[in-house]
Amino acid sequence: MSILINENTKLVVQGITGRDGGFHASKMKSYGTKVVAGVSPGKEGTTVEGVPVFNTVENAVKATGANTSVIFVPAGFAADAIAEASEAGIKLVIAITEGIPTIDVIRITPILEKNGTKMIGPNCPGLISPGKSMVGILPTMIFKQGNVGLISRSGTLTYEMVNQLSTHEIGQSTCIGIGGDPVIGLHYRELLALFEGDKDTDAIVLCGEIGGDAEEQAAAFIKDHITKPVVAFIAGQSAPAGKRMGHAGALITSGTGTASEKIKAFEAAGVRVAKEPAEVPDLIKKAFAK
Amino acid sequence: MKIHEYQAKEIFAAYQIPVQEQVVCTTVEQVGKAYDSMNHPVVVKAQVLVGGRGKAGGIKYCTSKEKAVDAAKNILGMDIKGLTVETVLVCKAVDIANEYYVGLINDRNTKSVLLMVSAEGGVEIEEVAKTHPEKILKIAIDPLVGLQPHQARNVFFKFMKDGNQVRQAADILVKLYKLYVEKDCSLAEINPLVIDNQNNVIALDAKVNFDDNALFRHPEYDAMADYTEDEKLEVDAKEKGLSYIKLDGNIGCMVNGAGLAMATMDMIKLYGGEPANFLDIGGSSNPKKVVHAMEYLVNDKKVKAVLINIFGGITRCDDVARGLLEAFSQMKVTIPIVIRLSGTNAEQGRGLLANNKELITADSMGEAARKVIEAAKKVK
Repeated sequence: MSILINENTKLVVQGITGRDGGFHASKMKSYGTKVVAGVSPGKEGTTVEGVPVFNTVENAVKATGANTSVIFVPAGFAADAIAEASEAGIKLVIAITEGIPTIDVIRITPILEKNGTKMIGPNCPGLISPGKSMVGILPTMIFKQGNVGLISRSGTLTYEMVNQLSTHEIGQSTCIGIGGDPVIGLHYRELLALFEGDKDTDAIVLCGEIGGDAEEQAAAFIKDHITKPVVAFIAGQSAPAGKRMGHAGALITSGTGTASEKIKAFEAAGVRVAKEPAEVPDLIKKAFAK
Repeated sequence: MKIHEYQAKEIFAAYQIPVQEQVVCTTVEQVGKAYDSMNHPVVVKAQVLVGGRGKAGGIKYCTSKEKAVDAAKNILGMDIKGLTVETVLVCKAVDIANEYYVGLINDRNTKSVLLMVSAEGGVEIEEVAKTHPEKILKIAIDPLVGLQPHQARNVFFKFMKDGNQVRQAADILVKLYKLYVEKDCSLAEINPLVIDNQNNVIALDAKVNFDDNALFRHPEYDAMADYTEDEKLEVDAKEKGLSYIKLDGNIGCMVNGAGLAMATMDMIKLYGGEPANFLDIGGSSNPKKVVHAMEYLVNDKKVKAVLINIFGGITRCDDVARGLLEAFSQMKVTIPIVIRLSGTNAEQGRGLLANNKELITADSMGEAARKVIEAAKKVK
């Protein structure tokens, strides 16, 4: 098993005729993801990388039975594309697009809730269930099938972590980049709960960063609801206050959202916190040895 | 993006939110004239994009022209938290009967625009949030219907007794929400919102931030920007597809991805060094970006050594290597460089750089951090 995506995932790529959309559609396909459709208004009847293109998500779902969507649509139009997927009955939307205005994401949130659509991102690298399916832009060669679930707010830092794990022969069930924006879809809590319920996940790595209090909330949730061992790492311990560190959401405001608060919260919840990414495999091994 | 109080109040006025009569001044003479035109006690307020203006002496209540002129002499040119005051705002003073805090923000937790109101007006709301969170009333606004007048009324009836006052305050709140959404704000604050001795409700201060992600659909904001020298570098970098923030240390870094860039800075600090910057070259690895990135690092005279940490995903290590070679051919790089390439096309990248014997290579982040700190120590 794994969470959210697996061999039954049938993917529609929104924005497939764009440069990034086409490129990553082909990458996902070659990994084995079932990329069944693309959407680009006005381009129905054409194909990209052998994938049929439709005018609307509705048409794509009708023709192919797509159940998951990935968004490569430019920032100004991306929220609309996410809402379109939700209204067309897609239950899982992965929004890769960076730089979507926050108010646009806020505006479509009730639509997602109404339709029971889960969203990963925006501004995220996507997710992978190694050996089964990859949706997004992840470099597949570093992943290895196994029993550790990973949740991260970052992209390349995730790769760093995964590489550490795989090099130490620790495989992964599902790895998810949840995105670096302030307002995002699924957060730590929902994903921790999914991993807790996944019988093929035996431990969880949580990779957080400064800004907001999602890590503190995750810590409280872990304390009360998660029985599987959790290892955490927090990026941004050296970040100054008041500066947005690349990610729109990575911002310390008036002394809140700091790395040290988050680390304290995790430690208080019994979560092992790594000082540097290289420590993560060791901490996982220690957790398994218990 | 932050804007000045006077700019925020101009937007308020355009939305019919009551503000006091105001004159924007950049010279002492203008302040004197402004006093004459109002012929009423005034407040002279420093216009700098940083909090704590009052505490720093940047806000003065003046009951005569002489006092206003003196205040202007003092405040213009004053340094507030590293920023020089170049503009002051002269406002007609108000006799305050009561003051409140009103704010709107994009809230991560409720995934909505969150309204916050408190009777603790005029003080730092973050302080209130820490010490007395129960004194802040919060309402998550439904984005599909927006802030409704009855919600605004209900909030203020908790703080005010007079129906006329509540009606005015609620009206301001509804307008503030409209402004917030239409202008793509990430923060809109009135602190304080006051009731004067004539029973008028007025926005005495105004703070508005725009969502950086939405700037693309508001070209008119360009003219409102007032960036510091460091911020200019950040904006300039953004135009080149880089995310750059200058810091105070002496070890420059160039990394792909924001999270890894932060983690790299953390590693430098963990091993006893001080990062000179945050620099994320972003997802796609156009060699030109690497050249631009090197320019920032070389132009920062504090930088004694550079750490390049690349974990290739979409970013290809060979592209980064090509960019570096191009940078070396275009500019004189005398500081030591430690480079760690991993992931997509790392082998090819290393191959391209093999002839550059002065480059120090590392296999892991930890090794790279240790080596760059060592190298920086050797530079005089």
